Amino acid sequence: MVLSDRNQVIQQLKSSRSGIAHGMGRSYGDVCLNPDGVLWQTTSLDRFISFDEITGRLVCEAGMRLRDIQRLMIPRGWILPVTPGTQLVTVGGAIANDVHGKNHHVLGSFGDHIHRIRLVRTDGEIIECDPQVKPDWFAATVGGLGLTGVITEAEIQLRRVAGPWLDAETVPYNNLDEFFHLADTSEADWEHTVSWIDCISGGGRGIFMRGNPANTGLCPEPKNRKLTMPFVPPISLVNSLSLKPFNMAYFNLKKWQAGRSPAHYESFFYPLDNLMEWNRMYGPKGFFQYQSVVPREVGRDAVQAMLAEIARSGEGSFLAVLKTFGNRQAVGMMSFPQPGVTLALDFPNKGDRTLKLLERLDSIVRGAGGRIYLAKDARMPRDLFKAGYPRLAEFLQYRDPGISSAMSRRLIGY
Amino acid sequence: MSNNKKKIVIIGATSAIAEHCARLWVKDDVIDLTLVGRDSEKTERVAADLRVRSPQSAVCVLEADFIDPLAIQQLVDKIVAEAPVHTVLIAHGSLPDQAACQQDLTTCHEALTVNGISPVLFAEAFVSHMQKANQGTLAIIGSVAGDRGRKSNYVYGAAKGLVTRYAQGLQHRLANTGVKVVLIKPGPTDTPMTAHLKQQGGLANVEDVAQLIVKAINQGTPVTYAPAKWALIMMIIRHLPRFIFNKLDI
Ligand SMILES: Cc1cc2nc3c(=O)[nH]c(=O)nc-3n(C[C@H](O)[C@H](O)[C@H](O)COP(=O)(O)OP(=O)(O)OC[C@H]3O[C@@H](n4cnc5c(N)ncnc54)[C@H](O)[C@@H]3O)c2cc1C
Ligand SMILES: NC(=O)c1ccc[n+]([C@@H]2O[C@H](COP(=O)([O-])OP(=O)(O)OC[C@H]3O[C@@H](n4cnc5c(N)ncnc54)[C@H](OP(=O)(O)O)[C@@H]3O)[C@@H](O)[C@H]2O)c1
Repeated sequence: MVLSDRNQVIQQLKSSRSGIAHGMGRSYGDVCLNPDGVLWQTTSLDRFISFDEITGRLVCEAGMRLRDIQRLMIPRGWILPVTPGTQLVTVGGAIANDVHGKNHHVLGSFGDHIHRIRLVRTDGEIIECDPQVKPDWFAATVGGLGLTGVITEAEIQLRRVAGPWLDAETVPYNNLDEFFHLADTSEADWEHTVSWIDCISGGGRGIFMRGNPANTGLCPEPKNRKLTMPFVPPISLVNSLSLKPFNMAYFNLKKWQAGRSPAHYESFFYPLDNLMEWNRMYGPKGFFQYQSVVPREVGRDAVQAMLAEIARSGEGSFLAVLKTFGNRQAVGMMSFPQPGVTLALDFPNKGDRTLKLLERLDSIVRGAGGRIYLAKDARMPRDLFKAGYPRLAEFLQYRDPGISSAMSRRLIGY
Repeated sequence: MSNNKKKIVIIGATSAIAEHCARLWVKDDVIDLTLVGRDSEKTERVAADLRVRSPQSAVCVLEADFIDPLAIQQLVDKIVAEAPVHTVLIAHGSLPDQAACQQDLTTCHEALTVNGISPVLFAEAFVSHMQKANQGTLAIIGSVAGDRGRKSNYVYGAAKGLVTRYAQGLQHRLANTGVKVVLIKPGPTDTPMTAHLKQQGGLANVEDVAQLIVKAINQGTPVTYAPAKWALIMMIIRHLPRFIFNKLDI
């Protein structure tokens, strides 16, 4: 069912069978799926409502794509404070998964920058909530996986920015200790930090990347531009698993002499967006995503254990991202980010073999007191879900009984 | 209100296709935009979006009666009196249920009026002003459905056929003037009008269609199929011998 008129959504939901909101469908798992049920497609709810040039407060409909906000606002000196690794997602989807970016240690997650949400329930009730008014509804809906109602509009705080460029730096590291050292020493001076890690060798080497917004303004290209795309992930360099992509990227970087260079925000933040359907190269069986976060105290050991498990299995994750989260609690009851270190992996689906490996990773996450990201999950066991999301019972009070997704049935039972 | 911004008028401004044209226009230029709709509250929402996209552009909303010839004449006179019009896009339309049109003459009448007569009346009202000024571009959205009557939607198709023939006549009339008449024939496009067909797939992206329309208007192209492949498809459909055509379930 297509939602395209925000004032009609109430009528549409009231007359609909049980469904779930569906934005750009960029979640890897089943949070936005509903086999045999209805999908409420939100991407035509794509209008701006107002923008205050003085305060930077933007009000827009929930199907607005982050890319459209960025492309319109960055030339005017405003930017979304937090965006995920793709800008082809909707505002509603970004709220419902309380998405994070590379600057979690400075600016938290998407929900931290939302002033107000308008939520439509399937019984026709409209709930306007913000961090002060109905804060419980706000906390349930940020990271609420679409289960509390359909968000029709939101007010977002944008942030001042000089222009589209970043000062970026890439630093290779040889093991996890070096990674943590880089992460700790970068947090104070760098807004964005992330790393690609090599899962094939098992040794924990990788490439650490950090960046700050540059003051170069709107000038077309900063001078002495050595390399405008230092952040293209290894995946773009290959079209076959056999190429050991990471090694290629790694050595190419070495060759280019890793170091400082200007980067455009689109290639810095959203390197995969230009590789449309890059995931096709995994073949018809697709792949599994697996993203966990584990507390910092046990982070090093847990990540080491996961890397060892992967190396031992010989499955080799293609795109592995390792990043620290800042020391802050997320707004949402079911938000994924929490203080610690997050490892995002993907594996080609080789059936049972892959599932077995993921189960072994589960037990490491469970043992470390961590959790798995629902936006990227289609298989975690219920006990790990319950252990990872201790506010589940509280959250369930805010569920809309007319809403159900493949994920909610799988993990919550209805 | 006279200034040197390009003045563009959209009739049926809440149409998804038209709205995307407007987004392209305000992206490229600072303009003076008049949005005409049958529901001012809904049209205001389109205007608010465009104002965020282009704070320097002037965007105003007019509510209109789309059926009454006198009301149409007065509205158009008023719009033109304020400032000469650079471009007009006539976009409104509605896809009726063919079976309902066959069962109920009121439905049939409505479909013929809103898709055929109404756009022609708007065009006629604008074009006399444009001819006097000897400038301006008038664009009307027809449809591939107007190219050959088919059992699945011939009432709608007949109304769009009326628009096609009308635009053709207008182009003939204005051939040696500074006024350009642009007819656009979209194929099935992903908009609220076709929301019920979305499952079947094969709908063109509304942004792509809008892009083609804006280009056709800039270049003053007399007839444009959007997407372009429909020119070929419809040429074949138009030329199919009747004994074959009548066997097709389309
Ligand atoms: C290449 C790539 C990189 C990524 N990188 C990151 C990253 O760095 N960090 C990160 O956090 N995530 C990342 N993701 C995941 C992505 O950001 C999230 O899955 C995001 O929620 C997708 O938004 P969407 O609009 O596609 O929503 P969908 O995937 O369609 O839906 C996601 C959830 O939002 C709900 N929802 C959508 N719209 C509404 C609405 N209007 N009202 C209520 N609920 C709604 C759905 O019901 C569903 O539960 C990445 C994904 C990809 C493909
Ligand atoms: N989408 C397609 O597949 C397709 C294909 C070929 C041609 N077209 C043509 O493209 C044009 C734009 O359509 P669209 O796809 O953008 O559809 P849309 O988004 O549904 O827009 C339809 C527009 O027509 C208006 N309208 C409908 N009924 C009306 C009435 N009785 N009186 C006055 N206005 C009325 C609507 O006003 P409200 O918003 O107030 O309802 C809206 O502005 C139409 O002429 C359509 O026939 C579309």
